Amino acid sequence: MNDKPRTQRFSVESYVVGFILSLAFTLTAYVLVVQRTLSRRILIIAVTILALAQFFTQLLFFLHLGRETKPRWKLLVFLFMTMIVAILVFGSLWIMYNLNYHMTLQQMYQYLNNQGDGL
Amino acid sequence: MSEVITVASETTQRNDRTVFGFWVYLMTDCVLFASLFATFAVLRGNTFGGPSGAQLFSMPYALTETLLLLASSFTCGLAVLAAQRRRKDWVLILFGLTFLLGLSFLAMELTEFTHLVHEGDSWRRSGFLSAFFTLVGTHGLHITIGLLWMVVMMALVLRRGLNSDNVRKLALLSIFWHFLDLIWIFIFTVVYLLGAIQ
Repeated sequence: MNDKPRTQRFSVESYVVGFILSLAFTLTAYVLVVQRTLSRRILIIAVTILALAQFFTQLLFFLHLGRETKPRWKLLVFLFMTMIVAILVFGSLWIMYNLNYHMTLQQMYQYLNNQGDGL
Repeated sequence: MSEVITVASETTQRNDRTVFGFWVYLMTDCVLFASLFATFAVLRGNTFGGPSGAQLFSMPYALTETLLLLASSFTCGLAVLAAQRRRKDWVLILFGLTFLLGLSFLAMELTEFTHLVHEGDSWRRSGFLSAFFTLVGTHGLHITIGLLWMVVMMALVLRRGLNSDNVRKLALLSIFWHFLDLIWIFIFTVVYLLGAIQ
């Protein structure tokens, strides 16, 4: 049975479950933001977690990540991509917020004047 | 019998390689979107006296866009299932439905863009709006390409039926479409939901 040609067939259930879960995550996040019952800090964390949950739901149920056989190249490339993306996004934010923090108002005016536009 | 099996597994291997190659392209596309997201996150507060996201965007409108794209991702998945089972009529119906949902999404996005530009809030207004138009516009461009690809594939299926070549191409198209829905989750969250909180 093992060398039977393996045509990857996915089930309808996989898509239905993925769709319902995605809908639930989207609507929950939306209602949380529109209702505004939570404090701002908790709201940001909750919405981010819901987005990540939906991301992984769709990766599993729509893109079938991790369902491939042993040499898991797709998974490997995916993990490498997440690393690059994490460095890119968090690195940019970290550097830019630090720049904003360390630049004084006087330095900023000086910079703008040197640009020739002034304020 | 064993010959049939060898031939079949060779095609499977070739299909796996094609899917993998396409997967690598999508992962590099992720890096492109990540840099645009980073740019947007850095520039989101730089409104230069202009309107912020909370003032500009209508939440029910963004939710409708999200639901349209999510539904199209679902029908696209079902269409590939139909293709694997060689059900030509269902493939055409479901991909047609995916196309219509995708087209309505694109129409809504373009309406939003023209409305913003008309009100004077174009990409020239502020750093925030430049970043917004670049990020959401790049996604919209991908959607446009996906829709064109869908038309071509439906024509191919109509003409040549569901041979193994077409089924493989439909699988690639569906991966691309699911990927665009994944990117939109983050656009919806980062641009619209978190924009409304600020």
